[in-house]
Amino acid sequence: MDPVIDNLDLYWSGFLRSLSIIGWSLVGSLLLGTLIAAFRVSPVASLRAFGSGWVTVVRNCPLTIVLFFMAFGLPELGVNASFYLFGVAGLIIYTSAFVCEAIRSGINSVSAGQAEAARAIGLPFTLTLTQVVLPQALRATVPPLGSVQIAMFKNSAVVGAFGVGGDLYSVGRNLTSAQGFSYIPVLTGVAIGYLVITLAAGALLAVIERKVAIAR
Amino acid sequence: MTAQESSPVSAGRGEPLVVLKDVQKHFGQLHALKDIDLTVTRGEVVVVIGPSGSGKSTLCRTINRLETIDSGTIMLDGQPLPEEGKELAALRAEVGMVFQSFNLFAHKTILENVTLGPIKVRGMKKADADKRAMELLERVGIAHQAEKYAAQLSGGQQQRVAIARALAMDPKVMLFDEPTSALDPEMIKEVLDVMVDLAEQGMTMVVVTHEMGFARTAADRVVFMADGAIVEENTPEEFFTNPSSDRAKDFLGKILKH
Ligand SMILES: Nc1ncnc2c1ncn2[C@@H]1O[C@H](COP(=O)(O)OP(=O)(O)OP(=O)(O)O)[C@@H](O)[C@H]1O
Ligand SMILES: [Mg+2]
Repeated sequence: MDPVIDNLDLYWSGFLRSLSIIGWSLVGSLLLGTLIAAFRVSPVASLRAFGSGWVTVVRNCPLTIVLFFMAFGLPELGVNASFYLFGVAGLIIYTSAFVCEAIRSGINSVSAGQAEAARAIGLPFTLTLTQVVLPQALRATVPPLGSVQIAMFKNSAVVGAFGVGGDLYSVGRNLTSAQGFSYIPVLTGVAIGYLVITLAAGALLAVIERKVAIAR
Repeated sequence: MTAQESSPVSAGRGEPLVVLKDVQKHFGQLHALKDIDLTVTRGEVVVVIGPSGSGKSTLCRTINRLETIDSGTIMLDGQPLPEEGKELAALRAEVGMVFQSFNLFAHKTILENVTLGPIKVRGMKKADADKRAMELLERVGIAHQAEKYAAQLSGGQQQRVAIARALAMDPKVMLFDEPTSALDPEMIKEVLDVMVDLAEQGMTMVVVTHEMGFARTAADRVVFMADGAIVEENTPEEFFTNPSSDRAKDFLGKILKH
């Protein structure tokens, strides 16, 4: 394990870099995915069409293609940003489609009578959603959202490989291909880094699941 | 607090409040509402009765536009129903609705069920909304269970909470769609008692129900529907003892046998 021990600082910075890609993508994809899910159940037909178009296109497109579009397509349209920003934005867009579908399945698990009763007392669409439907949908949504986000954690390596650099994956690649360390110890170190993140997230998820279960 | 003090129901008794004119509604090929003309005056209690699938629920639901109509007009208190958006939400706040399946908000306490509308729609302060909600819960006999969740209450109790939740908005009219038909027999009376009480206090009510006892004590008028149309309208006494249409005779013959 010498290559790991000797390069702990590199690993540490890669770990932080991965965490930052993951953190931003987590927040961004949850917000964007919730918005798209709201579109998909909205009373406005054009918003519904946009929402389902978004999901169909993004979900059926490989992540690498989404990233290519961001990093090379957008500059052709005159939009310029760092690879890091493009990478994170691509991962947010890609993950939002899955977040949307997880939330929508949760919304469908809430009986139609709940939304009807909310409308009947005069709550407009947004309040019906935020006060009545989403809080109840949350319970059915947490487990699938958890899987979606853990898949995103792993996809962050694709973003790293894509040229963002500096993340856990890139540290591994750098130590092996550029500096010639042997693969098994280096990649074991990388794997441990990802494992720490996903296991911590899994534990957090279990806590959240218990919380929403109690809060009916 | 009584309905008279809290809402304008007793003022202008006898004026038209809900007016449906030539209302038509289709579900695909099915003509669910045919040429519906119906006027409900302030303070009036109208019972809607008829065989399954005759359009009673649909009629009820068009009055707060949970169901849209194809043509015709519906007026509430002199105003046509708004089509959508904020105005529609504001209209729905004026029309109380009680469902067969209660539909209490499962993630909120009984008290929160009743205060949600007043706080979020009327902008009432939480303390005032709580106070008013407790008065209403007192009135329907559930005040001691205010901190519980819906699932912890019996069906009859849940339905009484649903009535309190609708009343909390100070509606001009209350719609009831078979409020007791999902209830065990021993709980039906406790809900009907609350409804009779409301009727006596002057609330305008449209009630879909087959409870003839309620119709006889509380209703001013019975509207009989079949196949999407209003076939007969009469006082409860006349309707039950001396129905004029064959459809109504046939229908009453069936329900009286049970
Ligand atoms: N959303 C809908 N889509 C299609 N058809 C519907 C819909 N809602 C009601 N219908 C149909 O419209 C007709 C009238 O239904 P409605 O629920 O108003 O009857 P009802 O008199 O309330 O019957 P019940 O006594 O069974 O409650 C029925 O034939 C029903 O199948
Ligand atoms: Mg019905």
